[in-house]
Amino acid sequence: MSEVRGIAKKATFISGSIIAVAYFLPFVLVFVNALKPKFDILANPLALPKTITWDNFNQAMTKMNFFRSLTNSVIITVLSVGALILFSSMLAYYLARTKSKFTKTTFLILVASMIVPFQALMIPFMSIFAQFVSLNNRAALIFFYIGFGVALSTFLYHGFISKIPMDLDEAASMDGANDFTIFWKIIFPMLRPVTATVAIVNALWIWNDFLLPRLVLTPETQTLPLSTYLFYGQYSTEYGQAMAGLLLAVLPIIVFYLILQKQFISGISTGAVK
Amino acid sequence: MRTGNSWKRFFIFAAFPLAVFAIVLVFPFAQGFYLTFTNWDGFEQTAYVGFDNYTKSFKDPVFWSTLVFTTKFVVVSLIAVNVVAFGLALLVTAKLRSANILRTFFFVPNLIGGVVLGVIWQFIFNTALVSISTKFGLPFFAESWLNQTGTAFWALIIVTVWQSSGYMMIIYITGLISIEQDVIEAARVDGASPLRMLWAIKMPLMAQAFTISLFLTLRGGFMAYDVNLALTGGGPYRTTELISMHIFQDAFAFGNFGTGQSKAIVMFVIVAAAALLQVTVSKRLEVER
Repeated sequence: MSEVRGIAKKATFISGSIIAVAYFLPFVLVFVNALKPKFDILANPLALPKTITWDNFNQAMTKMNFFRSLTNSVIITVLSVGALILFSSMLAYYLARTKSKFTKTTFLILVASMIVPFQALMIPFMSIFAQFVSLNNRAALIFFYIGFGVALSTFLYHGFISKIPMDLDEAASMDGANDFTIFWKIIFPMLRPVTATVAIVNALWIWNDFLLPRLVLTPETQTLPLSTYLFYGQYSTEYGQAMAGLLLAVLPIIVFYLILQKQFISGISTGAVK
Repeated sequence: MRTGNSWKRFFIFAAFPLAVFAIVLVFPFAQGFYLTFTNWDGFEQTAYVGFDNYTKSFKDPVFWSTLVFTTKFVVVSLIAVNVVAFGLALLVTAKLRSANILRTFFFVPNLIGGVVLGVIWQFIFNTALVSISTKFGLPFFAESWLNQTGTAFWALIIVTVWQSSGYMMIIYITGLISIEQDVIEAARVDGASPLRMLWAIKMPLMAQAFTISLFLTLRGGFMAYDVNLALTGGGPYRTTELISMHIFQDAFAFGNFGTGQSKAIVMFVIVAAAALLQVTVSKRLEVER
């Protein structure tokens, strides 16, 4: 019996490793080619580099204006996620603790709105907000992310807050604390696991989002995904630069993931079970 | 919360986020719905046209082929992503010492945005695979998969599976871990084979994970845009345009705002109906614990 188990275990290990390599191979291919001069790529895209050049990275960095795009991405993601945490947690607290027809209906509308695809309102969206966007497109984008993200985030917080006993609020209220203090001093600290979920789910979405920034941002305020799209057009000639650019674009998020791996995984699972 | 002073509370806690939600989502959605019944050209509307935009949309043969292509894509990607993701979840929960590393490898493609992903895979299909094919004489990849509608479809599926199976895997892992160990022990004592254990015990007990994962892949399939744009760009000859790109092209490339928006409303109705149907059916299959 134990021998059969041992073989089964080995088989799972081997098949797992093969699949893992297959999943990772595209990255290897990108990395290898980012280090090669142009003609070596054309000659053989699969071979290891004969001469290693960092030239592609320099070129790509200039072309995609790497540091500016990175800064834009960071600013937009951090501010949007921060605002979403702040406003959704407060809204969820209000909706979970105030029992009325209005709060019930509002919550239902929020949940239902999650099925609406962005495409269904994208076209009027641009003509409605054109002026606002031209005023300050980064601020506009953050404002839009709050609007589009508030439903899911509030939903996640709502499920958690409903499980916190009301006695807690009441006791604090007896002691003379007002709603605002009760929420920030007592309830919000208890929400940490959901806050992590809300932060990660929204950060992944906003960091990688393409369609909305493409409609809203200008070249000066472009984010990393937009700056990599630039390699799409001139792709047929400058493979090496494109590969280097792609690596530069994915590096920040992969580093971020490796640092916060545990939070990512538990964040996604708490988010999903709700 | 204390009773009384309810207006003040509303303004402190709820007014701003609800206002933003209404301005950004509710209002444009209602406006978009209304505009489909007018002769709106992106700037102004001067007359009501009834259902003209909808009839025009449905008379557009490209729209029909897009709908068929999108449906095929959603069905195939839904099945492929979930089968692979569930398989990966079983693999990672099989008590291997390397489980953590494997999980990371499977998950990382999910961190990467659709555009970057599309460009990477374009390189693979157009250059790397063609080069392998000429070197080893494999006719399978001799021509880039992206040049023909049939193979380009499978290229889209492969990339979608690569991207989203890791995320769904996490959801399935959570489901698998949440099953009480004594139920499994009891089944083992009763002599259940591993396959039967999976089918009759584990899968019903984690049905909620299937509900969520199927919902997310369904929605994702209908809304897919980035991968489509960067991998095939809709080509050859608009035959691989998914509905999202089709709407974008119709409105912003060809300037057909009226039909573009009515197609978007059609898309919304399809997504909502499909999602409701899927969730109702899956919810019925979930067991109470």
